[in-house]
Amino acid sequence: MSQGRIRKILVGDAQADRVVPPSGFTAQLTLFVSGAMAFLVVFALALSLASGRLADRWSQELARAATLRINAPQDQLPAQTQVALTILQQTPGVSSAKALTPDEQAQLLSPWFGPDIPIDTLPVPQLIEIIEGNPGYDRAGLRLRLSAELPGAVLDDHTRWREPLVDAANSLRRLGLFSILLIGGATAAMITLAANAALAANAQVIEVLRLVGALDSYIAQAFIRRFTLRALIGSAVGVVLGMISILLLPEASDEGGFLTGLGFQGWGWAWPLLVPPLGALVAFVATGTAARRKLRELS
Amino acid sequence: MIELDNIGYNYGGGELLTNVSAQLAPGSFHFLTGPSGAGKTTLLKLCYGALHPTSGRVRAFNMDVKGLDRDQTAMLRRRVGVVHQDCQFLNHLSIYENIALPLTVSGKALDSEEGNLNELINWVGLSERAEAKPPELSGGERQRAALARAVILSPDVVIADEPTGNVDWDMSQRLLRLLVELNRMGKTILVASHDLALIRAAKNQVQARVLRISDRRLTLAGADL
Repeated sequence: MSQGRIRKILVGDAQADRVVPPSGFTAQLTLFVSGAMAFLVVFALALSLASGRLADRWSQELARAATLRINAPQDQLPAQTQVALTILQQTPGVSSAKALTPDEQAQLLSPWFGPDIPIDTLPVPQLIEIIEGNPGYDRAGLRLRLSAELPGAVLDDHTRWREPLVDAANSLRRLGLFSILLIGGATAAMITLAANAALAANAQVIEVLRLVGALDSYIAQAFIRRFTLRALIGSAVGVVLGMISILLLPEASDEGGFLTGLGFQGWGWAWPLLVPPLGALVAFVATGTAARRKLRELS
Repeated sequence: MIELDNIGYNYGGGELLTNVSAQLAPGSFHFLTGPSGAGKTTLLKLCYGALHPTSGRVRAFNMDVKGLDRDQTAMLRRRVGVVHQDCQFLNHLSIYENIALPLTVSGKALDSEEGNLNELINWVGLSERAEAKPPELSGGERQRAALARAVILSPDVVIADEPTGNVDWDMSQRLLRLLVELNRMGKTILVASHDLALIRAAKNQVQARVLRISDRRLTLAGADL
């Protein structure tokens, strides 16, 4: 597209703009659809970015961590814990191994049993937190040695529940991105319908313009400019409202989990700013395609 | 300038024109007459590319009109000014804007053409009505405005389809004088009209040839006109 054409679309031509009469219904429809879709895109973006952050956090935080659970009678627990720590210190690829204190274990159990749990009176297994080095350790080898020396010890490298969670978070991210694509497609379809309605309503105007020597590009441009600007304005309003709504959501907290983390962080706030120009681009392409097709049909 | 070479036109329900040949030489003045439904408007539309013949060939400015693409057809229409029977105005624009429409669509700045535009509006006697909307004008005023719009780009050919169809005799004479004046400026004129009195009056002012469509064929009218 030439610079002159871009300039004409952005700056416009007052005389050319007057040639096509304003069409209230399609104007309002385009503004509303663009605004509503931009609002939804902001939420889909927020969902997608939050899911991405969650997936990254889960995969990074837990990927190199494992837990060793020692089940033994209470009187043998300290000795077996010591044996386990010795084995772990001797295992290549284990960066650190630390037995959780009773307080730390009580804190882990507090969501289920409350904060005042008398942990020393309960037959709670001892947990050892293992941090993997780089390169990592031989899981199968460590399991074999533990089963020989500490039959009651269970090595849990979190794979069983971490992978489905990361998969779920990644699916949620993909769902968010797919929703944005769907919204873009729906916007294009709605604007195409509105443009077609405007073109059909102005068939007589188009015929007169053709009779006095107007090129198709001139006629199409009058509609393209109108719909592109409406989409830009509608999207901008939708994005502002969407961002305000995201701002009003509760702030991220551990208690709230994922739901309170739904929003933008840092440079993530810049992403919604791309929505109005993209909405305008969608309208530009949709109206241009509709106008060219309709003009061929009309004359 | 415009040449019809053995053309035929079939509108789907039957043959309207058969083996029609004619030539509009530069600076010539032609009337096209014939009964209603004989195909006068169709013949005019064939001349400016609004319709294409089903047989034969129309050439305008040495170009085969049927072979023109959409943009070339639009450019052809800037060289052929047309006064339509129903004027074809945009009712949301003023008469001034309607007359300026060919300038607007061809990308010319109205500011630089304002002098010519006012002169033209004055020539057709619509200076007082320039800001009126088309529905507010009388039939004669509308025809004069349509004529002004047809010549604003200074086309080589002016085609008028029944320009006096809805106006009284005095207004017909006024429109005729404008067309004769254009012809004296060197424009090629083709006017479709069933008004034989007007054609006879015109022949006193200008050397005009009269073509008659009858029974699908085009003939040169005889001394009766």
